[in-house]
Amino acid sequence: MVVMNPAGDVAAQQRDLLVVSTALMLIVIIPVMALTIFFAWRYRQSNREARYEPDWDHSTHLELVIWAVPLLIIICLGAVTWMGTHLLDPYRPIGRVAAGKPLPPDVRPLEVEVVALDWKWLFIYPEYGVAVVNELAAPVDRPISFRITSASVMNSFYIPALAGQIYAMPGMETRLHAVINKSGDYEGFSANYSGAGFSGMRFAFHGLDDAGFQAWIAKAKDGGGKLDRNGYLELEQPSEKQPVRHYAAVDTDLYKAILNMCVELGKMCMSEMSQIDAKGGLGMAGIRNTLPLLYDKFARRGTIFGPAPSYVASICTTEEALAASKADQSATPMTSTPIVGAGLQRPLPLSIRLPSPSATGTLRSPFNS
Amino acid sequence: MFDNPALLKAIFGRLTLESLPLHEPIVVATFIVVALGGIALVGALTYFKLWGYLWREWFTSVDHKRIGVMYMVLGIVMLLRGFSDAIMMRLQQAMAFGGSEGYLNSHHYDQIFTAHGVIMIFFVAMPLVTGLMNFVVPLQIGARDVSFPFLNNFSFWMTVGGAVIVMMSLFVGEFARTGWLAYPPLSGIGYSPDVGVDYYIWALQVAGVGTLLSGVNLVCTIVKMRAPGMTMMRMPIFTWTALCTNVLIVAAFPVLTAVLALLALDRYIGTNFFTNDFGGNPMMYVNLIWIWGHPEVYILILPAFGIFSEVTSAFCGKRLFGYTSMVYATIVITILSYLVWLHHFFTMGSGASVNSFFGITTMIISIPTGAKIFNWLFTMYRGRIRFELPMMWTVAFMLTFVVGGMTGVLLAVPPADFVLHNSLFLVAHFHNVIIGGVLFGLFAGISYWFPKAFGFRLDPFWGKMSFWFWVVGFWFAFMPLYMLGLMGVTRRLRTFEDPLLQIWFIIAAFGAFLILLGIVSFLIQIFVSVRRREQLRDDTGDPWDGRTLEWATSSPPPVYNFAFTPVVHDLDAWADMKKRGYQRPLTGFRDIHMPRNTGAGVILAGLSVVLAVALIWYIWWLAIVSFVALIGYAIAHTFNYSRDFHIPSSDVARVEDERTRLLAAEGQAG
Repeated sequence: MVVMNPAGDVAAQQRDLLVVSTALMLIVIIPVMALTIFFAWRYRQSNREARYEPDWDHSTHLELVIWAVPLLIIICLGAVTWMGTHLLDPYRPIGRVAAGKPLPPDVRPLEVEVVALDWKWLFIYPEYGVAVVNELAAPVDRPISFRITSASVMNSFYIPALAGQIYAMPGMETRLHAVINKSGDYEGFSANYSGAGFSGMRFAFHGLDDAGFQAWIAKAKDGGGKLDRNGYLELEQPSEKQPVRHYAAVDTDLYKAILNMCVELGKMCMSEMSQIDAKGGLGMAGIRNTLPLLYDKFARRGTIFGPAPSYVASICTTEEALAASKADQSATPMTSTPIVGAGLQRPLPLSIRLPSPSATGTLRSPFNS
Repeated sequence: MFDNPALLKAIFGRLTLESLPLHEPIVVATFIVVALGGIALVGALTYFKLWGYLWREWFTSVDHKRIGVMYMVLGIVMLLRGFSDAIMMRLQQAMAFGGSEGYLNSHHYDQIFTAHGVIMIFFVAMPLVTGLMNFVVPLQIGARDVSFPFLNNFSFWMTVGGAVIVMMSLFVGEFARTGWLAYPPLSGIGYSPDVGVDYYIWALQVAGVGTLLSGVNLVCTIVKMRAPGMTMMRMPIFTWTALCTNVLIVAAFPVLTAVLALLALDRYIGTNFFTNDFGGNPMMYVNLIWIWGHPEVYILILPAFGIFSEVTSAFCGKRLFGYTSMVYATIVITILSYLVWLHHFFTMGSGASVNSFFGITTMIISIPTGAKIFNWLFTMYRGRIRFELPMMWTVAFMLTFVVGGMTGVLLAVPPADFVLHNSLFLVAHFHNVIIGGVLFGLFAGISYWFPKAFGFRLDPFWGKMSFWFWVVGFWFAFMPLYMLGLMGVTRRLRTFEDPLLQIWFIIAAFGAFLILLGIVSFLIQIFVSVRRREQLRDDTGDPWDGRTLEWATSSPPPVYNFAFTPVVHDLDAWADMKKRGYQRPLTGFRDIHMPRNTGAGVILAGLSVVLAVALIWYIWWLAIVSFVALIGYAIAHTFNYSRDFHIPSSDVARVEDERTRLLAAEGQAG
């Protein structure tokens, strides 16, 4: 049972919570089941020995007990939940490699960008500039930092041996931090139904020692061509049970373009759109800034009464857009509502977070105008 | 004429001959069986000249008891459909190993699990729960009918309309392939351009109208029509749970209607509420649908809790332990059920504080639920328990439900949910509470109130067969799924790779087969009981030594329920009346004012179905015609002033004298 016996520290802590919660609840569940059977047997009609008190229907002491016992258990469980949820928040960088094994100070997490496609997984390693379809590997004991999105519909990225799952959703990014502690071959898959090819959306996850991981990266480098925008648009087409595929190189801005749904050149990126909207939008002129949609994913063909399908055109030229994205590789995709929570970095004020005033113009924060 | 595609499209929309799945042997065979069954049924009804009787006495009836019975029939018929889906899934998952594709392709399999969920919740559990409430509540509060008898009939037929639309999708076109909650963007026009999701939307919209109106009706009935002396804190506990359930319905179903309407707008006129692009947000759909979806769970389980309370108290021959805390527990659950919906999507990236808030509110619900379990337990304590069928279901429920409750609290711990979300552990959990809670409760309720509805008991032998097959089958079918969930197996998979998993699926399929025997035994039980009705007859109207008002009248109750409205002095009004030596009044009957039957409900619901089908298939002329007809007929019906009549006191006297005679005969025999 992989969930009860995982190979990653995060999944192991999640398993521990599972066990602790179950044990806490069994404190009340087992007596209740035993009493049910005992009372059912003891007070059966044919047993004339047992006392019969047809009008006994209240006892303040007993009522206090039957409300207090579950309450106390839930207080304990609630405390455990509060702590566990914050400590195991998938957005929180991990604090240790394993129980009793702190994080080495100089370690940099392995960045992996995950894209759920119909019906396969694309993994991009920005650090190494490689991309792999339907296979994932990570060195043992090095923290992994996943950025996860989807190209079309909702999926859920789940490697039971490594850590709990998180949804992969189009136009949105979710995060997951984890570490694998034992080398071995594990299984990953989509845990949210996503259409016809869902059952085949599986991939192998390899936990490797450092040498093994370097060899794996080298193999990927040998593997083949470059994954650029056009190659991606081809890959994105629905297909089932795809074999493992390696790309020796990958467009540096590809993941950002996928996340912002603007792989097709000339389409306005979501980040661009939200920056424009944050500045007050394009006004009435903006509704004219659309172009007819010739192709969007695989099936969209417009609604029966709706307008013809269209998309918002980029206001940069293709060259400008490419140059801008090349110039600014470090910036995270812009989201209008940053996710906050204990243990997470506070979002910086809007004006500081933007790449540079020269590229985007001066922004007025909506809060101080 | 038939070679003009534009004309054909104008007449039939996107309905073509290819929409009929003539190339699918499984569907064609099913259709032939259903058609033959249907023809046999229609033939028999015609041969025995029952159409007029059915129309006059049942279809157009505004009597809450008959409507309740019709709801139950609908629920049981749809149970057969929903269960066929279940057993097909179990077979597929037990077969599809080691490269085998099983016997269902994804086109079929994905429709089947979607239909299974939709049917079991909306067209099995909901009609059965609503049916019992409809039948029992007015009797329990000493009323003659619900507040709005016509509305009740209309609600029922709208629910039937929804069921008809779902059933139609089996043979004309296809059903949704999205899972039972149809998350966008998968359910959007981009990824599901076919009629499946439209069938889903309009079936639920039509049935949703029925559910909402029946909720309004029952809230109003319980608040306004209680017998004199029945204060809120003297209401039978089933009525209390019915009140809370219907408050939940009234508050939750409009959200479902709204969210499905938004999805329909996205699909029909190209709005972007839930699309990926143009500022749409699919997560908003997930958010909204669970704001309906979680209260829905309590809509189903609260009446079941009420049934168990009634049954425990009646069969232990004892007042219910802790009535007041039971009432407060019910109210607390009602309120809290609105504060937990996010636990269905902990894994969508909310912050830790949000997740823990919703995790903890979910756990808090287990406190009043636990208190309820203890209350039943201490009702059994120092009781004198008669293990008739309803009580057997209750004990089975207590032992089964606590396991489901425990796994539910487990899933409420967000980090645990990260490893178990969408897994077969989750599937096992909600079947554990819905079968072990709702369904066991419904079976307890059916065997408890059946003699009240028909005047004879259900056959105990076949009832016990059904009970044991169901209970044992349930454990065989779902314990393996708990195990599989812990092995990291997710739900809705059609094929598997790891051969070690297969044995668990085979055990689960065996469990499903036992449940099949349980369902068959239940049907045999009804058949045998009808044949042996003279031996099983109960003339007293109170076969279980009941404690609440429904047992004070005859079985089946007369149309008017009570010749004189009873006066309530105590909780457990009928037990109190019996104790104080209550004498039935034998004279002084008056005319009774009653609502008149009407066919308007059938007609309005029929027009709604036509409208829905027209919208699904883009047959615009038909949509316009049926919409105008629907509104027109509804307005015309408001001018129907012939809505009520009086049962003359002589008729009342005749019915009551007959009962006096039966009771006297019973007294002499006993």
